[in-house]
Amino acid sequence: MTHKTEKLLFELSTPGARAIDLPASDVPTTELDPALCTFTETGLPEIGQLQLVRHYTHLSHRNFSVDDNFYPLGSCTMKYNPKVNEWAASLDGFANLHPMQPDADTQGALALLYHLRVFLAEIAGLDEVSLQPCAGAHGEWTALKVIRAYFHDHNQPKRKIVLAPDTAHGTNPASCAMCGANVVTIKSRPDGLTDLDDLRAHLSDEVAAVMVTNPNTVGKFDAHIADMADLIHDAGAFLYLDGANMNAILGITRPGDFGADIMHFNTHKTFSTPHGCGGPGAGPIAMRKQLAPYLPVPQVIKTGDSYSLDYNRPKSIGRVRSFHGQFNVLVRAYAYIAACGAAGLRNVSETAILCANYLAQRIKHAYALPFGPPDGQPMAAAPCAHEFITVPQTILDRGVTIMDIAKTLIDRGYHPPTVHFPIHDCLMIEPTETESKAVLDDFADTMLELAELSQRDTAPFKAAPVNQPVRRLDEVAAARKPILTWTPGDKT
Amino acid sequence: MDYVQITPRQRDEMLKAVGANSIDDLLKQVPDELRLARPLDLPAGMDELSLRHHLSDLAGQNQSASQKTCFLGAGVYDHFIPTVVDHLAMKGEFLTAYTPYQAEASQGSLQAFFEFQTMVCQLTGMDVANASLYEGATALAEAALMALNVTGKREIIVSQGVHPHYRQVLRTYLSDLPAIYTEIPLKNGVVDTQELESELETDTAAIICQSPNFLGHIERVPTIAKFAHANESLMIQCFNPISLGLLKRPGEMDVDIAVAEGQPLGIPLQFGGPYLGLFACRQQFVRKMPGRLVGQTIDAEGRRAFCLTLQTREQHIRREKATSNVCTNQGLLALRAGVYIAAMGPKGLHDVAQLCHNKAAYLAGRLADAGLSLRYPNQPYFNEILVQLRQPVDQVLAIANQKGIIAGYPVGRDYPELSDCLLIAVTEKRTKAELDALVDVLNPVGSAPRADHARQ
Repeated sequence: MTHKTEKLLFELSTPGARAIDLPASDVPTTELDPALCTFTETGLPEIGQLQLVRHYTHLSHRNFSVDDNFYPLGSCTMKYNPKVNEWAASLDGFANLHPMQPDADTQGALALLYHLRVFLAEIAGLDEVSLQPCAGAHGEWTALKVIRAYFHDHNQPKRKIVLAPDTAHGTNPASCAMCGANVVTIKSRPDGLTDLDDLRAHLSDEVAAVMVTNPNTVGKFDAHIADMADLIHDAGAFLYLDGANMNAILGITRPGDFGADIMHFNTHKTFSTPHGCGGPGAGPIAMRKQLAPYLPVPQVIKTGDSYSLDYNRPKSIGRVRSFHGQFNVLVRAYAYIAACGAAGLRNVSETAILCANYLAQRIKHAYALPFGPPDGQPMAAAPCAHEFITVPQTILDRGVTIMDIAKTLIDRGYHPPTVHFPIHDCLMIEPTETESKAVLDDFADTMLELAELSQRDTAPFKAAPVNQPVRRLDEVAAARKPILTWTPGDKT
Repeated sequence: MDYVQITPRQRDEMLKAVGANSIDDLLKQVPDELRLARPLDLPAGMDELSLRHHLSDLAGQNQSASQKTCFLGAGVYDHFIPTVVDHLAMKGEFLTAYTPYQAEASQGSLQAFFEFQTMVCQLTGMDVANASLYEGATALAEAALMALNVTGKREIIVSQGVHPHYRQVLRTYLSDLPAIYTEIPLKNGVVDTQELESELETDTAAIICQSPNFLGHIERVPTIAKFAHANESLMIQCFNPISLGLLKRPGEMDVDIAVAEGQPLGIPLQFGGPYLGLFACRQQFVRKMPGRLVGQTIDAEGRRAFCLTLQTREQHIRREKATSNVCTNQGLLALRAGVYIAAMGPKGLHDVAQLCHNKAAYLAGRLADAGLSLRYPNQPYFNEILVQLRQPVDQVLAIANQKGIIAGYPVGRDYPELSDCLLIAVTEKRTKAELDALVDVLNPVGSAPRADHARQ
């Protein structure tokens, strides 16, 4: 981390400077009709190559990243992103393949997609997989479109209600709205599990699906999931699984085995594809046979020994994006699953659960676990899945807010846990399986030290962060009068 | 290799610490009857060396565009990518960073996105741009949804000159919503303004056109925008970012929402994704925009700083009332595009666009000399030309492929009336020798010019 302010590209611009030169034209210059052309200055920056490299290198120093920092970020599964995956994505045969090339040119790419389809179906315990969706939220929306198409086809168009628990991720209701469904919230019980009575009360012949995250967003595997599935199926609706927390159950249990009918994966959570400051992700969906006729086109298929893209799916919901999915993200996911194999994936989930329980065990005397074991009992008495929630009341009671704790952790070199989700005033901690025990111990020591500090002196929490490139930001001002582009003359 | 660092001995220590005799004590939350009683049916894991052999083998079963001469475009273009783009985008500090919710720990990516938003505005001449969407087709669909929301009207009129995939995606997005999708046909390869005028209704929320359109032709966007605005509808243009090195920018043509596939800006072909959705619009719509926005603010010491802003539009706050369900931007690809635009600069972008056009024009001239004319010779084009062939298109493509040339896109797939035409894209990477070789393939010796080759 550097403290020095980095100027904007536009402030570094020098008229006439260039980072790249291009070949001279080996054919005559042809002018377009001037009426079609632009002759106004764009204001785009002009920069030499070294200055460009330094600028982005300086910016890179002003970022936390998994390569540099521990990210115990609940629900986000910030595991290590293996370097060999990046190597794979850069191979000429993947990186430089045009999506409109004939199938004969792309057999290796199609084979990879086909096998990934098969892998994901097995991991999900479901029949069919579409690799088309661009991200988790896009996968949710695609899956809901598939469900809508099923009900249209089965003459039940009035099934337009989707039930989602109050602890659902915000994309769940937003995805529903985007496919014209009405979202109705169902309550969670005090122990964080779905209230079956409330679910029962809401089920009707107008309900299309129930969206569930399992393990759920408070870090618990819902042992009643099969009963829930029965209730949902008896009501003629589908159980949609938000696969955000798949990192806890790989090879242990499968969504199809506990009653899910359709689900999405987040490859950037479960299958180690890098988050890239916010993207790209990929959100493949898996589903039961009866929903498969509706999945988006194209679908990669195998006929004999050759692979192709199938567009002939008359009941399909249609296209959900251009071309054939986030291919080079899927290459990384494939590389990860191939590296892990069945035993490796199971070890991933077992270790993720162990690490979360270990971390919870180490700090729970100072950080209350609302869904943890009774006081004085070890985590094994009421274990969490791959993540856990704490509401650190003794710290909050000192006037230190959750955000104050988060910003203080930044000063200690840790990316903060998820805050205020899925309940107010909580920290949601997910260490993942790829950290060393030493990192978990150091983080636990830091958390305990902060708990102790809060009882003596709250000033450092209020001031934090102090050793970052910037202090705390005025985010309210940013929203009140948004400045979304640089304008000439703006001061540094 | 599962990348787990906990040793067996540490695992035992940790189990003991949590009061568990074995890992099964921690898994008991999953009822026995729901457990998978066998290992997953997947191939055995691989060491890194074996994995690299396996992946090299798969990649080697493809014949990439770089192993051939690529004249295939159709929305994705084989442009030169400067080495600095790959180098900077591979930095682990960008590659492995999370979405910048915690602004103090993410000033690098936030500043890069703020610069990206600014450069997209400079490139397009629009007021505001978001930090990117998934890719071109979904960006267009989001633009249509925003137009419905802004105008309160229901109909979207779409030109058939819009990329066929984009139109298909738009249809998927609009189905199940109270919205009407109307397509208008092309006339002479461009928007038929008479048809457009007759289709406009008071309920029309937006007109969507693509320029250069899918057939390569430059549309008269200002004229179409006049029709839209006279009808109190929005004008949405789908553009090619590289073309803006030469062509009038959407902001100069009275466009309300401009969207694009950002792939030409330094993003590899990579078999269709991940790519980058560009989205820019007028200032007045800023609070209705989909996707992430980065804003400038100050920190507690008054220093300039950046953060995600206007988040009350977004799903994690507004849930079902959000402007979109989009949860992220295409961070790493927006970074790539930013590095690319900055590396090229205004002069470089102009030069690339001029080179593309020169070479396309040279090819069109050589083909005309050989008696192979453009299907619509009077329509201006940028870097993609629609050529009418004498032999069946599939046969020509097969012959070219044997010679290591990917000759173009058979548009008859999407436009049956153009089944004798080939859409050829030319980028700055193509050399005169490659262009000449393509002419030889499309005009084999002994094949006589067809009598009607000059028909309009």
